[in-house]
Amino acid sequence: MSVLTYIESEEGKFKKASYELASYAQEVADMLGTSVTAITFNANDTSELGKYGVDKVLKVSSEKLSKFNAEAYADAIKQAAEKEGSKVLVISQSANGKYLAPLLAVQLKAGYAPNVVALPESTEPFTVKRAAFTNKAFNFTEITTEVKIIGLSKNSFGLKEHPSTATEEDFTPQLSDEDFSVNVESVDKAKDKVTIADAEIVVSGGRGLKGPENWGMIEEMADILGAATACSKPVSDMGWRPHSEHVGQTGKPVASNLYIAIGISGAIQHLAGINAAKTKVVINNDPEAPFFKAADYGVVGDAFEVVPRLNEKLREFKEKNA
Amino acid sequence: MKILVCISHVPDTTSKINFTDGDTKFDTNGVQFVINPNDEFGLTRAMWFKEKQGATVDVVNVGGAETEPTLRKALAIGADAAIRVDNTPTDGYQVAKELAKVVQDGNYDLIIAGRESIDYNGGMVPGMLAQLIKANFVNNCIGLEVEGDTATAIREIDGGKETLKAKLPLVIGGQKGIVEESDLKIPNMRGIMQARKKPLNVVQPSESDITTKVVKFEKPEPKGAVKLVDPENLDELIDLLHNEAKVI
Ligand SMILES: Cc1cc2nc3c(=O)[nH]c(=O)nc-3n(C[C@H](O)[C@H](O)[C@H](O)COP(=O)(O)OP(=O)(O)OC[C@H]3O[C@@H](n4cnc5c(N)ncnc54)[C@H](O)[C@@H]3O)c2cc1C
Repeated sequence: MSVLTYIESEEGKFKKASYELASYAQEVADMLGTSVTAITFNANDTSELGKYGVDKVLKVSSEKLSKFNAEAYADAIKQAAEKEGSKVLVISQSANGKYLAPLLAVQLKAGYAPNVVALPESTEPFTVKRAAFTNKAFNFTEITTEVKIIGLSKNSFGLKEHPSTATEEDFTPQLSDEDFSVNVESVDKAKDKVTIADAEIVVSGGRGLKGPENWGMIEEMADILGAATACSKPVSDMGWRPHSEHVGQTGKPVASNLYIAIGISGAIQHLAGINAAKTKVVINNDPEAPFFKAADYGVVGDAFEVVPRLNEKLREFKEKNA
Repeated sequence: MKILVCISHVPDTTSKINFTDGDTKFDTNGVQFVINPNDEFGLTRAMWFKEKQGATVDVVNVGGAETEPTLRKALAIGADAAIRVDNTPTDGYQVAKELAKVVQDGNYDLIIAGRESIDYNGGMVPGMLAQLIKANFVNNCIGLEVEGDTATAIREIDGGKETLKAKLPLVIGGQKGIVEESDLKIPNMRGIMQARKKPLNVVQPSESDITTKVVKFEKPEPKGAVKLVDPENLDELIDLLHNEAKVI
């Protein structure tokens, strides 16, 4: 009756978030006195999962599943859960995880708690802490069904090493044509660019930057720090930056370790999207900007003077600490 | 084409979030409720199908009588009829089950829901609904066209987007991008007058089982004061980020 976790891979490789998921699953399994099984799709080397407490890896290798397909992946994971007798599933809150989990919930007659930010408060009853109201509050949710699905919020748990030897097993799910009734025609993905979802650091610009031509210094900072770039809503509405960079209640959530907000006022809808970021830095020329109340560190100053100088200093710092 | 737009009735985005009854209930005092922003984008897209392709558009909410002004607003924007399932749901699965019944009774081809509602951020209703009625499903939808019985949808993924094709019936979880913000429709006087005469049918809930329940709420710890750094002394900022916050 092991805890089952779906470990995402990209081009055969795992991301750091996968190890966070494994770490979490291991501790839930510990609470329940059981082991952890991971299911992977077309992943290359899975040995690293053992380091984070995975006991068994079900390896699905299938050309048909080379592209993510929610229905087919859900069917495969369901079969894995049944085979393993899993009563708890741990799934990430990536775009794909969020697509998949509700399908699985219905198929497995499981209660699903998304945006979970901590280990279960108790396992009987099975109660988890979830972020709600776009991170303006939490709620404690009891899952009352026999099978339970936890959607783990990114960066809420961290990595915990727990060395074990992960045994590997090939797993071939029985898939039907119906699993492929939604077809991916094409994928358009920015290469070599850190995404907001994966970034440890996010550098974000607001209307205070005056126009798209001034984003060079934002991109430069992101480049120095290995960060993702983001923006406030009016900036994407005006087409200065793509929609996919819009952060906030109606945009993307940020759960990075560091969020640097430049020329952003800190409206409540923007702050709602960044509450889960650990450290927040604000650069704004208006000392009354509401963002200063939400920030850990602040610089009151003109972005056009501060940012280029800060970039220079960050570059020196990075060179020294490389 | 028959379209159903699922409307979630949520606290306005500027709302201060508070709880009552020993932190077990959301405090609605002084809170203004609106159409969930993700649903509003979807509703506007549905209006486009109505104007350009002659679709009919119904809207639905699972909720108590207090959600009717939100449904009336959707009617004023241009929906043809509204349905309220008279139930105060406590979990997303319950909502999905009630919606599934509405879809089956009404034979809808396209069901537009929002990727998530901005109160509980569950993001589970559209997917569960699709699975319950065995329809195709596309989440995080930022583009949608329908021709005949085939839909082409664009979905946002981490770091990009993908284009998908699926046959109707289809459920989508929509978001900003499915229409532009500047295209959102605001009810005009004529729409508001017409909305008064449009049908708002109240239907009885079915027996549904609950899979999760919220036991209590909690607010985040209050934050300490911001540390201000002199713009002439940016080395200090780097030092704080490196040694104190340990993030660079
Ligand atoms: C339904 C709804 C949903 C919304 N959802 C979101 C959301 O998801 N995300 C979001 O971001 N917003 C959202 N908003 C919009 C939100 O209310 C604010 O309008 C928006 O966040 C403001 O963006 P901004 O801070 O970039 O612009 P502004 O409010 O114009 O602020 C610009 C800031 O830049 C500063 N500035 C100007 N010049 C300089 C300079 N030279 N150097 C340094 N600083 C300078 C100014 O002092 C000001 O503080 C939503 C609004 C609604 C109604």
